Amino acid sequence: MIGSSILSIIYLVGSVTFILGLKMLSRPDTARKGNLVAAAGMLLAILGTIFLYRVNGEPLHNLGWIFAALAIGSIAGVSAARKVKMTAMPEMVSLFNGMGGACAALISIIEFAHYPLMDGMVVIMLLSLVIGAVSCAGSIIAYGKLAGKIKDFSFNGQHIVNLLILGAIVILSVLLFTGLSSAAVTALFYTICALSLVYGVLFVLPIGGADMPVVISLLNSFTGVAAACGGFLYDNPVMLTGGILVGSAGTILTILMCNAMNRSLKNVLIGSFGGATAAAGGG
Amino acid sequence: MDTLLAFFHQHTELIYIVILSIFLGVEVISRVPSVLHTPLMSGANAIHGVVIIGAIIVMGKAEPDNIPALIIGFLAVILGTINVVGGFVVTDRMLEMFKGKKK
Repeated sequence: MIGSSILSIIYLVGSVTFILGLKMLSRPDTARKGNLVAAAGMLLAILGTIFLYRVNGEPLHNLGWIFAALAIGSIAGVSAARKVKMTAMPEMVSLFNGMGGACAALISIIEFAHYPLMDGMVVIMLLSLVIGAVSCAGSIIAYGKLAGKIKDFSFNGQHIVNLLILGAIVILSVLLFTGLSSAAVTALFYTICALSLVYGVLFVLPIGGADMPVVISLLNSFTGVAAACGGFLYDNPVMLTGGILVGSAGTILTILMCNAMNRSLKNVLIGSFGGATAAAGGG
Repeated sequence: MDTLLAFFHQHTELIYIVILSIFLGVEVISRVPSVLHTPLMSGANAIHGVVIIGAIIVMGKAEPDNIPALIIGFLAVILGTINVVGGFVVTDRMLEMFKGKKK
């Protein structure tokens, strides 16, 4: 009982450090400290979850696995972040963002089996799956483009194809709730996942390299929303505030970045479809 | 419609948090100078790594004989950790660079 009260306080402190961290990050003189404040809050929230979180009164299992995964992830994350060249940082951020998106999608994939279909939470899970998968695939493409591994690619009518895929995702998601057999539901679920990945790829592929930071920022806010869906799923306030803060701050940041380049978001996202017209509308 | 209303009623508090956080996120960063755009994006990227908490919970709930869930959960925790740790370290390096450059 005391444990879960302490955990609530930890989550509250965590949420506050995220807000403070973002606030301090937006001023040059406090930016570095702000990053550390948010990092400290994150560490606290993670440790609190591992030791104090209770599922129906029971502590978490598989602690060995969890610590092993944390160790592997930390080593990989630190070495990647240390080695990367100063000029290559935006693509590194994109790669990290993609991993966050993948993490959100994987959570949905596991949890999907545990909930009855008529639960409202299934909608949240689908949202997290689709947004996480789009963000993951998109970020990896953005990384590849900035690293010079993937060339710009677009074909005629690409935006129509994209809209069709998006429509298919919505229709299949609705179909999930029409009382199909459980095998069909599972198949549909994975089809939605695959379509989301394809959509993420096609969404980013035609966008020009110079506009990539804007797209990364947008995908960043997507992942924030996916994380917030996780917060809904587990009734977890720190995931919810952290995710939504990044979602809204990221969206505003995306618009600010566009303004700084004297372009509109619409121009960046849609203007690039169909090559020549994009070059004309670019200014 | 009933399900929707029930859902709203059941999660009123969370929905309040969502709405207020949206306004907060907009207010908090609305006056950021353009040199800080990239570090702020990177910092926000690290913060949405909170999704790792969900991965830890999934992993901790999985029964020891549920191998698929364990493997996917393990992967999710690794990916989430890279997002969080790498994100904060990269942001710190970026800001360090700024300090040397400015003034």
